[in-house]
Amino acid sequence: MLHKSPHPDLHEPPLVQIRDLAAGYHGTRVIENVSLDIMRNDFAALLGPSGSGKTTVLRAIVGAADVYAGDVLFRGEPVRKARPRIGYVPQLEAIDWNFPVTVEQVVLMGATRNAPLFPWFRRKDRLRAGQVLERLGLDGLANRQIRELSGGQQQRVFLGRALVSEPEILLLDEPTAGVDIKTRDDVLHLLDELNHQGIAILMSTHEINAVAAHLPRVICMNGRILADGTPREVLTPAVLKATYGAEMPVTEYRGMTLVAETPHQFGAAASSVSGNGHVHGESGHVHDDIVIEIPADD
Amino acid sequence: MTEPFEFEFFVRGLIAATMVGGLAGMMGVYIVLRRMSYIGHGLSHAIFGGAVVSFIMSINFYVGASIWGFLSAVLIQWTSRRRSISSDAAIGIITTASFALGIALISRTQTFTRSFEAALFGNILGVTGSDLVAIALVTGAVLIAVIVGYKYLLFATFDTEVAASYGVPVRWVDTAFALVLAGTVVVSMQVLGVTMIAAALVVPPIVARQFTGSFTRLMVLSPLIGASAGAIGIYLSWFIDVSSGASVVLVASGFFVVSIVYASARDRLLAARGRAGVA
Repeated sequence: MLHKSPHPDLHEPPLVQIRDLAAGYHGTRVIENVSLDIMRNDFAALLGPSGSGKTTVLRAIVGAADVYAGDVLFRGEPVRKARPRIGYVPQLEAIDWNFPVTVEQVVLMGATRNAPLFPWFRRKDRLRAGQVLERLGLDGLANRQIRELSGGQQQRVFLGRALVSEPEILLLDEPTAGVDIKTRDDVLHLLDELNHQGIAILMSTHEINAVAAHLPRVICMNGRILADGTPREVLTPAVLKATYGAEMPVTEYRGMTLVAETPHQFGAAASSVSGNGHVHGESGHVHDDIVIEIPADD
Repeated sequence: MTEPFEFEFFVRGLIAATMVGGLAGMMGVYIVLRRMSYIGHGLSHAIFGGAVVSFIMSINFYVGASIWGFLSAVLIQWTSRRRSISSDAAIGIITTASFALGIALISRTQTFTRSFEAALFGNILGVTGSDLVAIALVTGAVLIAVIVGYKYLLFATFDTEVAASYGVPVRWVDTAFALVLAGTVVVSMQVLGVTMIAAALVVPPIVARQFTGSFTRLMVLSPLIGASAGAIGIYLSWFIDVSSGASVVLVASGFFVVSIVYASARDRLLAARGRAGVA
């Protein structure tokens, strides 16, 4: 398990506050009544099935989703006004890999707002990009076209773009999807290191045991937040059934929470489920008990 | 071989075609990378409608057609943001309607059929000193926009949705892009013709892409290829007696064939080397 998030300060106001948010795209609501606080040193995973709104939460924070109700605040100010330093790393499948850009050019894009009135990237930006590439182990690949890299290297390039922007928070959309076990481990440890340096991290993932169970905070959602807390508090059969609509037994191994995923039950007609998924999050906020109605045809 | 250079109109046409070829090659890089290849074709047709309206209302061609083209480009962007209408459908609807308006107006006013034939297929005979000034001004403006907006244009083209979260004013960038694209198409009409502009925009960057994987080199190579196609095309059109637009596009298409043959041969050679290395 990765180290716990460093010194969460309960007296400090949240970095990001999401209040009663309803958001989606082109008039269709993907998430409803989402309320969430992200603290300065949080390292949290958004967990849920496809279409549960994980990406929409991330995109609402960066202003890339349509907001129908509620607020997204950054340090207490509406996110559009606050112009926050957010490093957003989208899903790699959204990238045009044939685009003729080099690793260095992609990483430098993160420095765009560092000098908004300056037409080109400054020497300072290039030096910073070089440092980031070195830190990510990509320093020999600066002039390579992005398509020529391995999956893990490609992931690190986009993480590099986020880091060059000197972010206060990193939002990562499935950063470990489609990479091998070693790369996934490397990415998680790198994120942990960044978190210990003071960068808040919120990432979406489908990987319960390999990723979510290792993080200090897990947020389960399916259109709305179902549970929020440590893996031990959140990864319970009741919450997982409410999230995925399937029985998923939970066990412990050497202090780690392990979830037995049973995909053969996915899609089975679910009836009304009651689950006591309420948790006391590390940041101190408490969710109400959850009573979830799952339609039989959902 | 030097005979055509004795005629002032030919020299003017040659300069115009070279500048327009380079300009289209430069804008074409962004058009191809934004996967908007169809927009050049559509916008030139839309601007044709604007040109006819400008003529009838006695408005300066460049002013009227540019405003019409800009509004069309913005309308296409606005329409294609709606979920139910894809960008190619938006281009098809808006630009064809505009083109049809132009044709309808011409049908009712028979007097200027000849000059609009030139607008459709290109004719260097009609290039005036004012046209050269207009082309030079637009080329200069686009060059400045591309240099000054380099990092914004690159990010907005590569990753539109994410660019805004990194401080890129994507809507302003898109609007500015629509403006310079409309200007490019308007000044290209006289030389290339409405029907040939799309190819002049798309072929040079595609050819350049066969030789380089670097965006910066693409931005240099594509205008050079476009300018060369423009100059050679106009020169050849003198001898083979075809419309200037067709001649320029045929030369560009020739470049395309050569580049594809080169890229195929190079890929086969690399594959053979790879196999030899494995063996």
